[in-house]
Amino acid sequence: MIVAENLGKDFRVKHRGVIHAVENLSFSCTPGRVYGLLGANGAGKTTALRLLATILTPSSGTARVAGFDIRQKPEKARQSLGFLSTATALYGRLTALEVVEYFGCLHGLDQASARRRTLALFERLDISAFRDRRCEDLSTGMKQRVSIARTLVHDPPVMIFDEPTSGLDVISARTIVGFIRECRESGKTVVFSTHVMSEAAKLCDTIGIIHDGRLLAEGSLRELQDRYGHTDLEEIFVQVVGG
Amino acid sequence: MNLAKIAIVYRKELKDALRDRRTVISMIVVPIFLMPVLTIFVGVLSARLIGRAFQQVPAVMIIGGEDSPQILAALRARSDIQMVPPASDYAQQIIDKKIRAAVELPPDFDDIIARGDTAKIRIDMYQDEINSESSAAKLQEFFRDFREDAIRQRLADRHLPENLAEPLVVQESNVAPPEKVSGVVLGGLVPYFVIILSLTGAMYPAMDLTVGEKERGTIETILCSPISRVSLVLGKFFLVLTASLATTALAIASMGLTLAAAGKMVGGLPQVSRTALQFQITPTAVIWVFVMIVPLAVLFSAALLAISLFAKSFKEAQSYLSPLTIVVIAPAIVSVLPGVELNARLSLVPILNTSLVSKEIVSGTYHWNYIALIFASSCVYAAAALWLAVRLFQREDVLFRI
Repeated sequence: MIVAENLGKDFRVKHRGVIHAVENLSFSCTPGRVYGLLGANGAGKTTALRLLATILTPSSGTARVAGFDIRQKPEKARQSLGFLSTATALYGRLTALEVVEYFGCLHGLDQASARRRTLALFERLDISAFRDRRCEDLSTGMKQRVSIARTLVHDPPVMIFDEPTSGLDVISARTIVGFIRECRESGKTVVFSTHVMSEAAKLCDTIGIIHDGRLLAEGSLRELQDRYGHTDLEEIFVQVVGG
Repeated sequence: MNLAKIAIVYRKELKDALRDRRTVISMIVVPIFLMPVLTIFVGVLSARLIGRAFQQVPAVMIIGGEDSPQILAALRARSDIQMVPPASDYAQQIIDKKIRAAVELPPDFDDIIARGDTAKIRIDMYQDEINSESSAAKLQEFFRDFREDAIRQRLADRHLPENLAEPLVVQESNVAPPEKVSGVVLGGLVPYFVIILSLTGAMYPAMDLTVGEKERGTIETILCSPISRVSLVLGKFFLVLTASLATTALAIASMGLTLAAAGKMVGGLPQVSRTALQFQITPTAVIWVFVMIVPLAVLFSAALLAISLFAKSFKEAQSYLSPLTIVVIAPAIVSVLPGVELNARLSLVPILNTSLVSKEIVSGTYHWNYIALIFASSCVYAAAALWLAVRLFQREDVLFRI
């Protein structure tokens, strides 16, 4: 479960003063459901998800990830989540097996358990054939699958995806979309951000439209359609952000 | 802080670093091969060149002396110089290295000596040109012997004792053991190279583990795993320290072996070049130099990590670290300068203190009070640098340079 309560993040930028990247962001997502943060580039999606993943510390408000307060117990919160974005790269000089085992060990698994769990994931994600190849020699699609294994190695109850299909080809993007669905079906809490309307419409149980760091609208696709009188999510989005 | 997680990060970083060609080159190849080759073999080569210059039979021109057959005969009798016919352009010939030196004899040289008067001779040479200087040295030696013979002859002619013109004899006696004598020559250079290598060995890994992670996008991957930033920075720090100490240890071992080899190679060299190469460093000195380098390596590793982390890109990190190299080289050079000696004030100057005390240790002198003071002060600087690195790892604006 994820509960964000008035989350805020300010950055002091040279010559521009203080920038409110995220302001009073509140939402929740329960196990077995997908919450999608829909927003344009620079809307504050990445910052919001980095706050939830405790990569950044909030300037105001807080959130609970799997019951752990991100301010009080950031390590426990990280222990309970898997974070995937196009910015979360792999160690190029390590093999696929070594990378996933490494993160397994960092998540508290002993060497044998990390190996067992990694091999099982590799079978499931069809990585076994290239498990001993260095990540720098893998294709984008292969890397994406290894990254998925990396996020799952400790079997977290919460998954956070930051624009996970950005820059990927159709096949790789489908793998990710399929993976998000699997996470939902297995009862994980999923929060993901995107600026691709079709992805949000396909995957999300709840959509939150974020603009200039603020959550402007929230609801299921059906609720948003009813509220704004459009069937097309893109039209709804444009109406909400006032474009 | 979690020791188990620090160890996990350290093992991973070590594996990663050993697969990186650039780290391996800076950590292993440079100290083992490059530095000894550059230092010792260039030394051996120059020693051989010096030796060869002294063994050569140089062409020397005698200007004047046509009326002085005795001195000409004495000069011709020398087997270590080759006399060539006089020419008016002798100075140009020296500059052109056709001849190595010229001796200008005054008219009636033999008669002047026979009369008991003073003859003024001039030796023309090419200053700082090794072959010309060695030729001039041979001529100086010849005329010194000639003068002593003339003095003896003049005293004998007057029935005076030989020691009349020698009221005192000054004898120099070296009381320092051989390792201290050679330590003065090469002792200063060893810490200099070791300090430079302990910095350069850590430089690339420090950049790779910080700004390299930023550039490759792995920093976010590691930051979202359940490891505290203190544990993360310490795991990285220990790897950088390992690289620094491994470079240092390999450099010391490699230089020790190369010096031993160089010592055996000097057999065929003349004494002048042999002394500079017969350098001994005892195992005790090696251990103590290494002990003194440890806090300095900690200081370098932490400072390099902090500076590299601050950079946005590899290029930016390199532009920060290049001036740092000069900052480190400067005190190391100062310590090699003659007359710069260890004292209480210099014991507190980072880098310079370690360089000076290592120089003393290598030459067999152990000032335990200074050793303790330098070790303690270096530990304080190292702790401060490590604290700074840990603090920077906790700053979002540095990690992400937002």
